[in-house]
Amino acid sequence: MTRLSLNGIEVDLEEGTTLLEAAQHLGIEIPTLCFHQGLSAYGACRLCVVELGDGRLVSACTYPVQEGLRVRTHSPRVLRARRMLIELLLSICPSSKRIQDLAAAHQVERVRFSVRDERCILCGLCVRMCAEQMMAHAIGFVNRGYRRRITTPFDLPSDVCRRCGGCLYICPVCELRCQGPEATSIVCGACVTPAPTCPPVYGDLACYMGAAGECGTCVREPRTPDPHSSDLRGRRESL
Amino acid sequence: MKIRTLEQLRALAEELRAARDHRPCVRVCGGTGCRARGSEEVLARFKTLLQEMGLTEAVDVKFTGCHGLCERGPLVSLAPQEVFYQGVEADDVRAIVTETLARGTVIDRLLAQDPRTGKRARREQEIPFYQRQHRLVLRFNGLLDPTDIRDYIALGGYQALGTALTRLTPEAVIELIERSGLRGRGGAGFPTGKKWRMARAAPGSRKYVICNGDEGDPGAFMDRSVLEGNPHSVIEGMIIGAYAVGATQGIIYVREEYPLAVQTLEIALAQARDSGFLGKEIFDSPFSFDIEIVRGAGAFVAGEETALIAAVEGRVSEPRQRPPYPVQRGVWGYPTVINNVETWANVPIILERGPEWFASLGTATSKGTKIFSLVGKVTNTGLVEIPMGMTLRELIEEIGGGAPPPRAIKAVQIGGPSGGCLPKTLFDLPIDYESLTEAGAMMGSGGLIVMDDRTCMVDVARYFMDFLRDESCGKCLPCREGTNRMYELLTAICEGRATELDLELLEELAQVVKQTSLCGLGQTAPNPVLTTLRYFRPEYEAHIRERRCPAGVCKALIRYVINAERCTGCLACLQPCPQQAIRGQLKQPHVIDQERCIKCGICHEVCQFGAVEIV
Repeated sequence: MTRLSLNGIEVDLEEGTTLLEAAQHLGIEIPTLCFHQGLSAYGACRLCVVELGDGRLVSACTYPVQEGLRVRTHSPRVLRARRMLIELLLSICPSSKRIQDLAAAHQVERVRFSVRDERCILCGLCVRMCAEQMMAHAIGFVNRGYRRRITTPFDLPSDVCRRCGGCLYICPVCELRCQGPEATSIVCGACVTPAPTCPPVYGDLACYMGAAGECGTCVREPRTPDPHSSDLRGRRESL
Repeated sequence: MKIRTLEQLRALAEELRAARDHRPCVRVCGGTGCRARGSEEVLARFKTLLQEMGLTEAVDVKFTGCHGLCERGPLVSLAPQEVFYQGVEADDVRAIVTETLARGTVIDRLLAQDPRTGKRARREQEIPFYQRQHRLVLRFNGLLDPTDIRDYIALGGYQALGTALTRLTPEAVIELIERSGLRGRGGAGFPTGKKWRMARAAPGSRKYVICNGDEGDPGAFMDRSVLEGNPHSVIEGMIIGAYAVGATQGIIYVREEYPLAVQTLEIALAQARDSGFLGKEIFDSPFSFDIEIVRGAGAFVAGEETALIAAVEGRVSEPRQRPPYPVQRGVWGYPTVINNVETWANVPIILERGPEWFASLGTATSKGTKIFSLVGKVTNTGLVEIPMGMTLRELIEEIGGGAPPPRAIKAVQIGGPSGGCLPKTLFDLPIDYESLTEAGAMMGSGGLIVMDDRTCMVDVARYFMDFLRDESCGKCLPCREGTNRMYELLTAICEGRATELDLELLEELAQVVKQTSLCGLGQTAPNPVLTTLRYFRPEYEAHIRERRCPAGVCKALIRYVINAERCTGCLACLQPCPQQAIRGQLKQPHVIDQERCIKCGICHEVCQFGAVEIV
């Protein structure tokens, strides 16, 4: 058994457990996108980053538990990083409901990059689904860097594809189109009610972790109104 | 002939030395730089000429590895006269043979000249470029023929291996390396002895050692020069390392773009096998080991160790999460030690001279020497090796000779694309792992690009980001999309389309890419942006607020105009202009048509009166 501290809670876990599983075991929610229980962990979307005692941010889905590790799943640095990652995702795939919901839950209210609607976020779920569950290996990544994309070998119709639709089923961006109203900003967030792990304002008694603020889970930074956001409608301020 | 004992090796070295020492020797540099300048032809001319004169037996002619002073190639050194000639052409060969070799007369015009004092230096050690260096790993580079193992043996080669295998236990070898304080020369500076100890302790029925020769930084050629110039030092280091950690198989991962290094290594490995240094029961000990070459198919990220493992296994070189570290689970899941070329080449030296001697070089935490490839706007470009702790100023001004006048040095880019740009004000910084990291750069593998006052730092950051967005494997979001977005933002700044908010966003994004990326490539990719922002922020602000490029580089923000007072009306700029954008009559001031001008800068280059100005 390996003992580590997760958000200030000491926990004993079996060797080989990942930090994501450890958090799930304790009921702490970590957002994921490229992770799926039935597939091997990939660590590409980085949404599940958590902060280790030495200040490093690592992906919880691939990081194994280690003796004496101190992990914070919602520290200010982690949340700042996740917001930026979601902003990057939105800028290449604004039409996904999954991503719009993530944005709403993380109070991402603007996208400062020029938007290119590319849909595919290269999370690799379909590639792993095809290879690991369907045993077909019909699709894979080609090119590298900003030219990377997913396709069949040589872009030809695949001989091994059985048209099972597993790739479509698992895709987090084409499963469900965001049906929200066309907002002035590409950030929609219209149909979601975010449920943050801690309320924005709370007394010490309200903290279910026991010792208020100690775990680093809650963010106590004052939220300043952003004059540059085109989508500041005070929606969440009224919560 | 197989060598079985240390005594046999020593006797052979003695014999080889005795047979050669009295013979004159011509050493022609066979580094890639000198070859490009025609050293192959110089070598051929020496050989035919000596044959014509019937002197083939009396004079040794060697084609050696890189001598270092690439700027002045082709280089030729003569023993025992100890004369160092530079800029030698095939037509100079006859004079060298008839005057210097035959009569000992030195040919003045071929000696290296100090551009500042005008003094000519006869011997290598008298040249300022070499005076301040401490050539340790490169000590044999200009001496031996890399394709002849006998040269390496004559200089004492493989004796460290013989000592290790016959007199030392593997634990004792690891302890020596630990005591020496040797740290990885590939960039991150992980203590080598510690890595070996972890690999030795890791359970595994098989173990591997790997030499990482995937040198991909633009402008870096340290590892190539070592592999090309002295391959046996790397091979010997690897065998010693394999013995220490208990590995049976070695792999040298070398770039496909280094054909000469691959060829030299293949010859060296075959010769080491023939001499019994590779294969079964080396030095009659129970230890058996062999090395194979894996050629990398050109991806910068393959230098990252987990990506390198993927490439060795035949998969696409993409990194994975560490832990497990390669010393726990490496190639095919077996414990694997991966060290850089230069790190391996240091190992025999430590065994030969002792860890205390090695630890006496350098600073408290960074021991030994470091090789740098000095390139860019500096007088003496080339390959240099300095003791750790030397200041950047000494390296750039004294060894490098500063910028060629009339330009002044402004910054230095150290550590490749993952490193950072350090300004002139920091040139008193000692070169060691900690100081460089603290300043926002890193040691990296040793690329050093000197920049002068005509370099725009925003443009430099943009150049590196363009390199990185292409070389990122694209697996993780922050590296793939982050480098691409940083490139977009930097382009906007260079083109004068950016606002203060873009600068803020760039900084915020750079931090997140640094923190959240999967591997070392992404984690260090923002360094060019972060260091230029830290040290050259006014340049960014000039681009944004005043729509001005202070260095006169960013095309969208500059105009070429002709100063009518200076223009003599010589017509020199009219014809070279590819756009026919310059109009004018003889002895009348010329004018540039801004509509047509594509800002290529040719008129600026050709004008002898400084009349073409950048505004």
